[in-house]
Amino acid sequence: MKPPSWIGVERRPALPPWLVFAISMGAIVSALIAAGIFFQAYGVSPFRAYGDIIRGALGSKLGITETIRRAIPLLLIGVGLTVAFRALFWNIGAEGQLLMGAVTATGIALFSGLPGPMLLPAMFVGGFLGGAAWGVIPAALKAKLGINDVITTLMLNYVAIYVVDWLIHGPWKGTAMRGFAYTDPFPAAAILPTIAGTRVHWPTLLIGLLAAVVFFILVRRTRVGFEIRVVGENPHAARFSGISQVKITILAMLISGGLAGMAGVGEVAGIHHMLLGPANVALGYGYTAIIVAWLARRNPLAVILTAFVFAVIMRGGDVIKVSLGLPFQLVNVFNGLILFFLIGSEILMRYRIRIGRRTTA
Amino acid sequence: MSWESWVIATLSRTLAYGTPLLLATLGEIYAERSGVLNLGVEGMMIIGAYAAFSVAYATGNPWLGIGAGAIAGGAFSLIHAFACITLRANQVVSGLALTMLGLGLSGVLGRGLEGFPLFSSLRGVTVPGLHRIPILGPILFEGQNLLVYIAIVLAVLLWFVLYKTRIGISIRAVGEDPATADSLGVHVARVRYLCVLVGGVLAGVAGGYLSVAYRPAWTEGMTAGMGWIVIALTIFAFWNPLLGLFGAYFFAALFHLSFRLQAWLAPELLKMMPYALAIVVLILVSRGTLQKRMGAPSALTIPYTRGED
Repeated sequence: MKPPSWIGVERRPALPPWLVFAISMGAIVSALIAAGIFFQAYGVSPFRAYGDIIRGALGSKLGITETIRRAIPLLLIGVGLTVAFRALFWNIGAEGQLLMGAVTATGIALFSGLPGPMLLPAMFVGGFLGGAAWGVIPAALKAKLGINDVITTLMLNYVAIYVVDWLIHGPWKGTAMRGFAYTDPFPAAAILPTIAGTRVHWPTLLIGLLAAVVFFILVRRTRVGFEIRVVGENPHAARFSGISQVKITILAMLISGGLAGMAGVGEVAGIHHMLLGPANVALGYGYTAIIVAWLARRNPLAVILTAFVFAVIMRGGDVIKVSLGLPFQLVNVFNGLILFFLIGSEILMRYRIRIGRRTTA
Repeated sequence: MSWESWVIATLSRTLAYGTPLLLATLGEIYAERSGVLNLGVEGMMIIGAYAAFSVAYATGNPWLGIGAGAIAGGAFSLIHAFACITLRANQVVSGLALTMLGLGLSGVLGRGLEGFPLFSSLRGVTVPGLHRIPILGPILFEGQNLLVYIAIVLAVLLWFVLYKTRIGISIRAVGEDPATADSLGVHVARVRYLCVLVGGVLAGVAGGYLSVAYRPAWTEGMTAGMGWIVIALTIFAFWNPLLGLFGAYFFAALFHLSFRLQAWLAPELLKMMPYALAIVVLILVSRGTLQKRMGAPSALTIPYTRGED
């Protein structure tokens, strides 16, 4: 017999939704306090920093619209990730799927020769397919061969990064951009309309909002959604009830990768108007969206809210870069802390923390 | 350049670049062998690189810097260990959070250090006598730094511990079948904490090597995805420290060749190789029985509680 350890956890029954919401909010507030302590230690007043972030992200028309345009890719990718996570597929590869969507859209914009009005719809369809293809590869590898999804999706991010790098330095390098690694700028017909005087490319935003509603209904109200949930929650039951795990996994990743691909279309056609360095196109949206989907408790509708929350943080990074001279990397401090407090809070929901001796053997 | 000096230069740089990969891979092999996947390697490396540079810069002593890198990486890994082992949080999410936190903290804290040259960098040593051996001498014994040799010795040592000692049996048992290990008197949580800590310390040293020895300077995000290659390398090496030795140098050679073969193949495509290769290797070894024989720990990513499951 070994002595019982002094700290541990015990299971507890499921909690009501309001308490889940309250605990999640508590986790975010705790993370912000922890980040505040870090600010203080770094010699920056946390009140000033948070004041600047709130003012800069929400206090003006420019602030709000810049926050919204950051929310667009987070929304699209986040909605897709809720579907993938529900099927228990660890899609860490949205960053790469976004890039492949951007690549496909760029190819269509610059080289397809399609007539003007056809161009944007074709880019969205192509972007969806590009991202979906990048998502279906690891899905098929997992479903057919049992290969770890975390690793393959991660590796494919880097493959995508170097595909973009190669294209902009090599075959697609712009003729007008001497010295710089960009493609040529898109023709006018391949550029997304924006709300006047802002960078909010509203068609992509609309697609994102629509996707949140559609996939909420799909997950909650349809047979396919039911099957996705069964595969994720109880693979054994899925097998016995004749649900094809292969089909469901691939379908979930088709959706997740495709939506990430569309986010990529929005970035190149709505913001940059060309394909440029992968770090400038993807910006960590694919990783941040993981927290977005996690915080939304895998509910596609809730992603509308959580995507906005993390867009505020990203915009906050822009703001205090200017006002306090802090690097944009600060966003990662927030993201990391929030994620840790969230998974910590999740434990609070499922288990009770026990300090002291074990009461039951 | 004669072919001889070309080979010497290439292999010598390969050895230098492979060292941080090797150190961090050895650590990740131990963590995963005990059943804990740590996707925070990138974060632990970068925080190690930052800590090592700042201490070496302040004290003028590169070894104190490396020590600081080890401590910082180790401390960071304990966050992951606490979340995954004690709180039984999801290992994937916790590891990602660790990477974000490491990149973020080092980026903010290291701002004032950007662009400063490090005069007290860890310099290479030349082994008298041995460096005269043709070809091998200049590759192995001229201007390589002490950590290069330490990493090689460590690979052999950690292989020996894992396969030939009681501790190693305990580690592998905990990663394979924690319930059985527990019933045989192995303290599962303690072994896992220790292995994750080994992983963090080695990742921290690897980061320190980058900022104090390999390219003595601090740049935000200077690990540039190396931590993710380490995750791939761990599989590539079938969770075996000796194979990790070959894997790390093989990947380093690929990476280095990407600069030298620019005339024949786009460097971006060569840099893509390690990642694409990792997937190919996974496909090749995907048959369950084969993977089992090759050493994939059965309890990887599964938390353990006595009396559950």
